[in-house]
Amino acid sequence: MFNKKKNKFLEFLFESAFRLSGSVTTIIILLISIFLFTEGWGLFQSSTVEKGYILCINKENKIKNLTPHQVKDIFDGNITSWKELGGDDIPIETLRMDDVAGLYTEQELGPNFEYLPEKLSEAVSSRVGALGFFPEQFINYKFKGKVLPSITISLKDYFGGKEWFPTATPSAQFGLLPLLLGTLWVSLGAILLALPFGMAVAIYLAELASPRVRKILKPLIELLAGIPSVVYGFFGLIIIVPLIRDLFQLPVGETALAGSIVLAIMALPTIITVAEDALRTTPIAMKESSLALGATHWQTVFRVVIPYASSGILAAIILGIGRAIGETMAVLMVTGNAAVIPHTLAEPVRTIPATIAAELGEASAGSVQYQALFMLGAILFVLTLGISIFAEIIRKEPHLD
Amino acid sequence: MKQAIIFWLFRVMSFAVVAILFSIIGFIVFRGIGAISWEFLTSEPTDGMTKGGIFPAIVGTFYLVIGSMLVAFPIGVMSGIYMNEYAGNNFFVKIIRIMTNNLGGIPSIVFGLFGMSLFVNKLNFGDSIIAGSLTLGLLALPLIIRVTEEALKSIPDSYRHGSLALGATKLQTIGRVVLPAAFPNIMTGLILSIGRVSGETAPILFTAAAYFLPKLPSSIYDQVMALPYHLYVIATSGTDLEATRPMAYGTALVLITIVLIMNLIANFLRRKFSK
Repeated sequence: MFNKKKNKFLEFLFESAFRLSGSVTTIIILLISIFLFTEGWGLFQSSTVEKGYILCINKENKIKNLTPHQVKDIFDGNITSWKELGGDDIPIETLRMDDVAGLYTEQELGPNFEYLPEKLSEAVSSRVGALGFFPEQFINYKFKGKVLPSITISLKDYFGGKEWFPTATPSAQFGLLPLLLGTLWVSLGAILLALPFGMAVAIYLAELASPRVRKILKPLIELLAGIPSVVYGFFGLIIIVPLIRDLFQLPVGETALAGSIVLAIMALPTIITVAEDALRTTPIAMKESSLALGATHWQTVFRVVIPYASSGILAAIILGIGRAIGETMAVLMVTGNAAVIPHTLAEPVRTIPATIAAELGEASAGSVQYQALFMLGAILFVLTLGISIFAEIIRKEPHLD
Repeated sequence: MKQAIIFWLFRVMSFAVVAILFSIIGFIVFRGIGAISWEFLTSEPTDGMTKGGIFPAIVGTFYLVIGSMLVAFPIGVMSGIYMNEYAGNNFFVKIIRIMTNNLGGIPSIVFGLFGMSLFVNKLNFGDSIIAGSLTLGLLALPLIIRVTEEALKSIPDSYRHGSLALGATKLQTIGRVVLPAAFPNIMTGLILSIGRVSGETAPILFTAAAYFLPKLPSSIYDQVMALPYHLYVIATSGTDLEATRPMAYGTALVLITIVLIMNLIANFLRRKFSK
């Protein structure tokens, strides 16, 4: 009697443990999205101005706020009048610490620069068009300029921004476009390269190869999917990068093309395996009826087997793209990592995962750059999650009409 | 005629692809074999990583693999048992299944970010074996769940019915009949995921891996060197890239060898028990 009760309790305990473990993956996905988005969302609330510094203007100035990009344009000399930003028609005069120090003699600044805060205040208040970029520690209650509220990046500037300079001063620039386009550019190149070869091998394995050859080749190809990406990256760095440099006579071989080739090699096993499985789902009866109607083997493959397997093949392509988009190490090693919008395959590019891997080590926890990188992670997460779900839907679609 | 040409083309392309893929392995083996020696495998890197060996990296990867499997294996197997033995076909289970598939498709760098923010910063483990193991464990989870589920699925229902008919409870049936029968296939999954985990770089970049560490870790809160990260470092950022090349080839060969051995063991197990 007692034993039975104990058993029942044990059953219940284990079932609960199993149930809990079963929901672990769901919990992890939820946790990942919560963590990435909460860390990343801070980007839109934090100041992109270098830590410990402020921007200030003359009290007469009607400008209330600046965007990170406007700050950069002003200090680069691309915007020269407040009129361009909606203010009065006054030329902008940028003042950094050094500029102010140059305006006054050593005596005026004091032997230990004790009058510096005063002079900073004076420099800004006496110039109507001034835009000062000063250390926060020198700004006290006596300051006679207008300190601008923290410069934050807007969603629109982030998603439409064309520049990624996470450590630029006075203001860092976080524009997603070059990274996003770099990622898509490299991934699409990889799929275009891998697809014809992958399909050829899949068709060969599914339709032409003798069972013995197939039995040897298939596990070998699956084995290649298990080789670490850093090894592929190393191979690309040693062989493919110099090859591209010499072949196209480029100054550097680390280009989008190198990334595409390495990714294509890495994506091949996945594409071959999934596409071959799809091709083999075609019922024998369908193939035999096609052959019996007088179609050649090739016509049967092309008109019956491939159309029947098309949803599975499409899923293979999409999964391949998903894998290529998220690949980090190999791409980081061979693409040159220049954060510019790519125009040809022969230019260095930088992808989203490579950016995270390259920059997170330098960004201190909680800084704007750290938040920006988590936002990149969140975007990557959403992108690949969408791709997996899409591939799933396509694969589940009923074959034939 | 047309058919002959096209099929011939397919054959040539297939053999070209296979040849390319294997020439990569061949290249690494050919260049790396010269670097492999007893000293290389058992000593620390010296002279700015141009000489010496990779022992600390081997030990580090070993610890990370053990740690990640301690995390992923029990949870993964229990989750697989739930999915195949307990879960019906309701909405909740469908969601879980989709999530498990999707977790497998999430890029490893995203796991790295997550591990950094949760384990390293929030739980304050710092860059450590435990933070890296937990991160890698999460990454390996979907693979182990899938393999367990498939292994359990291949056990015929007559086993279960027979056991239940003899008066065994459901838990006893699972523990004494179903699991032992599925065990070899589950082990196959474990071994394959060891191969996968030992080569992952991105998840440990910010959770565990150290650039250079002459001493071995003494607790789970220590940083470690790891083979894949070591290869990345000496391939891209050494002071004298040419001088470190032999070391890099050797490290790449060790990594490939681990994956090959794990696959061989898995294949052997699969063949031995699939009768």
